[in-house]
Amino acid sequence: MPKFVLLWTDAVIWLGLAATLGYAWQVRRQPQLAATWRKVWRDAAAMAATVLLLAFAAVALLDSLHFRRALPPLPGQAAGQVFYATRTESLLDVLLTPLVERRESTYSRPLSYLGFTRESRVVNGEPQRIHPRLEHAGAHLTDPENDWLGDLALRGALGLAGGLIAAGLLGLAALPLLRRWEPALAGLNLSAAARQVLADRTDLPWRAGVITLAVLGALTGAAVGLSTGYHVLGTDNLGNDVLYQALKSLRTAFVIGVMASVATLPFAIALGILAGWYRGWVDEVIQYVYTVLSSVPNVLLIAACVLMVQVFLDKHPELFETGAERADLKIFMLCLILGLTGWAGLCRLLRGETLKLRELDYVQAATAFGVAPLRIMRRHILPNVMHLVLINTVLDFSGLILYEAVLSYVGVGVDPSMNSFGGMINLGRDQMSRDPLIWWSFSAAFVFMVALVLAANLFADGVRDAFDPRARSLRPRWRSTSRTAAAAQTGGAGA
Amino acid sequence: MLRYTLRRLLYGFLILLGVNLATFVLFFQVNTPDDMARLNIGGKRVTPELITKWKVERGYDRPMYWNDAAAGSERLTRTIFWERSVSLFALEFGRADSESAGDIGAEVRERMAVSLKLALPVFLLQLIASTAFALGLVFFRGTRIDFWGVVLCVVMLSISALFYIVVGQYLFARVLKLVPVSGYAGGLSAVKFLVLPVLLSLASRLGAEARLYRAMLLEEIGKDYVRTARAKGLSELRVLARHVLRNAMIPILTSAGGYLPYVFLGSLVFESFFGIPGLGSYVIDAIGGQDFAIVRTMVFLGSLLYILSYILVDLAYTWVDPRVRLN
Repeated sequence: MPKFVLLWTDAVIWLGLAATLGYAWQVRRQPQLAATWRKVWRDAAAMAATVLLLAFAAVALLDSLHFRRALPPLPGQAAGQVFYATRTESLLDVLLTPLVERRESTYSRPLSYLGFTRESRVVNGEPQRIHPRLEHAGAHLTDPENDWLGDLALRGALGLAGGLIAAGLLGLAALPLLRRWEPALAGLNLSAAARQVLADRTDLPWRAGVITLAVLGALTGAAVGLSTGYHVLGTDNLGNDVLYQALKSLRTAFVIGVMASVATLPFAIALGILAGWYRGWVDEVIQYVYTVLSSVPNVLLIAACVLMVQVFLDKHPELFETGAERADLKIFMLCLILGLTGWAGLCRLLRGETLKLRELDYVQAATAFGVAPLRIMRRHILPNVMHLVLINTVLDFSGLILYEAVLSYVGVGVDPSMNSFGGMINLGRDQMSRDPLIWWSFSAAFVFMVALVLAANLFADGVRDAFDPRARSLRPRWRSTSRTAAAAQTGGAGA
Repeated sequence: MLRYTLRRLLYGFLILLGVNLATFVLFFQVNTPDDMARLNIGGKRVTPELITKWKVERGYDRPMYWNDAAAGSERLTRTIFWERSVSLFALEFGRADSESAGDIGAEVRERMAVSLKLALPVFLLQLIASTAFALGLVFFRGTRIDFWGVVLCVVMLSISALFYIVVGQYLFARVLKLVPVSGYAGGLSAVKFLVLPVLLSLASRLGAEARLYRAMLLEEIGKDYVRTARAKGLSELRVLARHVLRNAMIPILTSAGGYLPYVFLGSLVFESFFGIPGLGSYVIDAIGGQDFAIVRTMVFLGSLLYILSYILVDLAYTWVDPRVRLN
C-alpha cells in the first residue's frame, strides 16, 4: 500500500477544482449569470481555448495526486513496519512510466535512434568516433537505416488514427449533453445534431471546440504512438525525456497561475471594499499601505521576499520530509509572496467601484433600513463587484505564468529540482549557444508555454468581453468587412 | 503648482518611510543577521565563530535600535537600524555583504549611467512604436487589418520575453553575426552592443502595449468632439493625429509612466542576458550571491525612483492637457 502524500500545492489545486465546481453549480442556478457565461463561449476563440485549457488542466490534476511507494521489506525488518521510497510520484508519473524509465545517457535528437554526441567505440576491431545507438529509443530496429522512416510513419499513423477515434468518441459522448444546453439541437436525433454542430448552425460555436478537440486528439495520439519507441521531443543532457518535462511543467504553471491569483483575492476584496465603504481615515490607511507596496518595483520586492523565505527554510528543515516536499513548500511560499505583493491593483479597482456603489439607491435603502454595514458589504456590494474580481483573476492567470519564467531566470522562482517552463528556458538558453545547436528543449518549452498562455489569454478576453460590456465594443470584428459598410449603416440609422 | 509638488513630495517621503520600515522588518526582524550569516557562509562549515566574524566584518553585530555601549548621539547612530535603514535617506548605502563587492553607492552611480543608456532609448522608442502601431490599427478599425493586427498583438503578448531574447540573440548575433552576442564597451562603440537589446525589448512589449493603446484610442474616438472634427471635413488621419491622439495621451502617459523607474533601474533580464553591466545585472548577481545589503538598497532605490517618476508623470499631465489643474 503506497503512502499518499498531500502536498500543499496539491491541496490548493483540488480546493481550486472544488471551488470551480461549486461556482459552476451556482451559475446553473442563476439564469442571469448563466446567460453571461454563455456569452463567453459565443466567442469561437474562447471556445477553442477552453478545450485546450481543460486538456492542460487534466494533465495538471493527474500530476497532483502524489504518493510514495512502499519498499519491499528488508531482512530483519520488524513485521508491520513499512518503509517508503524517498521519491514522490504522481499519477501522471505512473501513466508516463515508459517515458520516465527509458532514460538515455545524454542528449538525443527528437525521434532519433542515434545519440547526439560522438563517442569512441570499437567497430570491426578499429576504434572509431561514431554516434552510438541509443539505449532505448529505436532499440527495436534491426536495420535502422532502412526501417527507421517506415517505423516512424507506422507508429505515427496508428497513433494519429487512435487519437482521432478517441476524440471522435469523446465528441459523440458529449453530444447528448450539448443537446441539453443548445436550443438549436433540441429534439434532433444524434446524427442530425452532429450535422448541425459540424455545419456551425448552432447558437454557441461548438464546431470550434470540436475542431480543437480533433486537432488535440490527433497530436496527442501521434505523440503517444511515436513515444512507444522513440523520444518524441528528444532528451536533455541527463537523457531525460523532454516531452515528460514539458508535461510536468504544466502543473507548475497551473499552480502559480491559480494559486498566486487566488492569493491576492482576500486582501484585495476585503481592503478594497472596506476602503471604499468607510472612506475617511480607513481609506487613507489602506491607500497608504497599497501605495507603499506598489511603489517597490515588483521583481525586487519578490526577490527580497524569496531570499527571506530561503533563509526561513534553511532554518526550519523539520517542515519537509523529502526534496519534493521542500520544493513544494518553496513554490507554495512563492505563490503567497506573489499574492501578498500583487493585490494593490485589484484593491484600487474595487475601492473605486465601492465608492460608486455605496451612493446607489439600493445601498442607501439598505442603510436606511438599518442593515449592519458588514452585512451590506457582503450582501449588496460584494456580489456587484464580483465581475471585476473574476475578470481580474482570469487576466492575471496568463501574466503569472509568464512571470514565473522570468522569476526562475532571475533565480527567485521555483526550486530547480521542479520542472517548470522557466527552468526549461534557462537550460535551453545554454543549449542554444552550443554548436551544433540543441534546439528541442527550448522549442518544446516554447510550444507548450505559448499554447497555454495564448489559450489563457483568449479565454480571459472572452470572459472580459462577456462581463464588461464596455470592453466588448473595443473588440475587432471579423465579420463586418469594411468601414464604409459600417459607416453606411450608422448613416442609415441616423437618417 | 509649487504647493502641489511640495505636497506630493511630502507624501512620497511618507511612502518611502513605509517602504524602508517594511524592508527593515523583513530583513532584520523576520530573520536575524545570524540566519543571514548562516545562509551566506553556507553548508556545513558554519560555526559560531565564523558567524560572529561575518557579522563583525559587516557591522551586523551592533545592537538593533539602541546602543548602550556608546555615548551621546552615537547611542542612536551606532546601531543596525541607523546604519542600515536611516542612512539610506542620505543615499549612503554602505558596503555590500559579499567579500568581493565594495561600496554600493559607487557601484550604483557607475551602473546607473549604463542602465540609462539601454533603458532610455527603449522607453522613448517603445512609446513611439506602440502608439504608432495602435494608431495604425485604429485607422483601419473594423477591417481585416485591424482584426489580424489584434490577433498578432495577442500572439506577441503570449510569448515570454525570454523567448524573444534567446531567439533574437541566436538569429542576429550568432547566425547573421550582425552584432556581438553580448558584452559592453564605453563610448560610441556601446551602440553596437545596445542595438539588439533595445530592439528585442521593443518587440517583447509591443503586443501588450499596442493593444492597450488601441483600446485607449478607441475610447476617445466615440466622443462628440471627434464627430465635430469629422463634420468640419477634416481627413481621418488629421482627426486621429490631431484630436484623438492628443486626448488619448493622458491614459497612455499614465501607463507608460509605470515603466519610468525601470529607465534608471534597468531591465533585470535584458541586462544579464546581454552582459550589460547596469543595475539590472547588479541585482541579478546580488540575488545569485545572496547579497542582502544590495537587494535591500535596490528595493529602497527602486521605490524612490518610482515615487519620483510618478510625480513627473503628474506634472507631465499639465503639459499634455492644460485642463488638468493640479491642486
